[in-house]
Amino acid sequence: MLTKQQIAQRIAKELKDGYYVNLGIGIPTLVANYVPAGMDVTLQSENGLLGMGPFPTEEEIDADLINAGKQTVTTLPGSVFFDSAISFAMIRSGRVDLTVLGAMEVNDKGDIANWKIPGKMVKGMGGAMDLVASAQNIIVAMQHTNRAGQSKLLKELGLPVTGLECVKKVVTNLCVMDITDRGFELKELAPGVSVKEVQDATLGRLIVQGDIPDISF
Amino acid sequence: MNKVVNNAEEAIQGISDGMTLMLGGFGLCGIPENNIRALVNSGVKNLTCISNNAGVDDFGIGLMLQGKQVRKMISSYVGENAEFERQLLSGELEVELLPQGTLAERCRAAGAGIPAFYTPAGYGTEVAEGKEVREFGGKKYIMEEAFQSDFAIVKAWKGDTDGNLIFKATARNFNPLMAMAGKVTIAEVEELVQPGELDPNFIHTPSIFVNRIFQGVDYEKRIEQRTVK
Repeated sequence: MLTKQQIAQRIAKELKDGYYVNLGIGIPTLVANYVPAGMDVTLQSENGLLGMGPFPTEEEIDADLINAGKQTVTTLPGSVFFDSAISFAMIRSGRVDLTVLGAMEVNDKGDIANWKIPGKMVKGMGGAMDLVASAQNIIVAMQHTNRAGQSKLLKELGLPVTGLECVKKVVTNLCVMDITDRGFELKELAPGVSVKEVQDATLGRLIVQGDIPDISF
Repeated sequence: MNKVVNNAEEAIQGISDGMTLMLGGFGLCGIPENNIRALVNSGVKNLTCISNNAGVDDFGIGLMLQGKQVRKMISSYVGENAEFERQLLSGELEVELLPQGTLAERCRAAGAGIPAFYTPAGYGTEVAEGKEVREFGGKKYIMEEAFQSDFAIVKAWKGDTDGNLIFKATARNFNPLMAMAGKVTIAEVEELVQPGELDPNFIHTPSIFVNRIFQGVDYEKRIEQRTVK
């Protein structure tokens, strides 16, 4: 099984030189720690920063400089600030090359739910609905099952949808799956995890073809 | 015309029960602290507030929620506020949640004289309920209307007495969009200077959008997630 850090590390393999990338809150944020040395990747934070730098030192902390997770951050040479309309212009017009999000549920058509549990939890969608409506390349980073042990990879969503047919790839603690017309296609297994374990933890259509390699980093 | 007022108490003159207000900021970053304090002290109530977030329990718009001054919030993310969630789940508070980009664009449209626009965000979700759907180039979009608001209340870094504004870092966020969108726009700034002192090349909000301006005091600038290396 993969740790959260390893999920992020595996997703970092999808980065390409020159990419503009938006990372959601939680595991996705960790992807920034695994950008390969020498690769030029620019992080977009939808509250209004392109070229997000690492966390500040105590001396560098600036209350006016935060990321979309409300964490204090820094700038880098070439960074730029902008208002929220410009920020989502970048997103809706498809200029962000890769979006990594967390999710509560994903179904085998690529629909995603991650903003609300009716009657229990209302946090809101923030920028997620804009991102999933427009991004061409969306990877979901999450645990394969929820805290109650139930599958988060479903045939039909149980929770209110955030966006339709938008997720292209899912990386969980158990495996890497692509979402295609046929459903979840198992591509790689976490070390020590069997196909059967993935099958047992997946309620949506699961395609297993040929030998499935282990995830490598 | 003199746009300069002495303080937040003067700035919020005319804000009365039942009005719709826009309040700038993302989280607690770039919020109009002085004006919020004055609104809390004024006791004005039954407000509709358009703001990306609802503050935290004891700061920002959270203070107005504590005082039960808000009838309806229009926001994109409200996850940091327990009192908000309690009032919402108990039905005391009406809430309209919108995608963040839609919230921003509805402000921008209001300030740009554009009554409505189409966006893909929210198509096929609860957000689309009751809204017109149209297809362009094979993709579905929903129609969103420009906001109507009585007052827009923003916070800038520097401003001049004519009302030109410059924002700092990510404290810009919704502020320049809302500054364009109020029937009356109030700006509080950290530093108020004379016309000519700000370089015209680097002004974010032109003075024409701003009606009242003052230099704020005692900025706390609370940090929600203090993260260091």
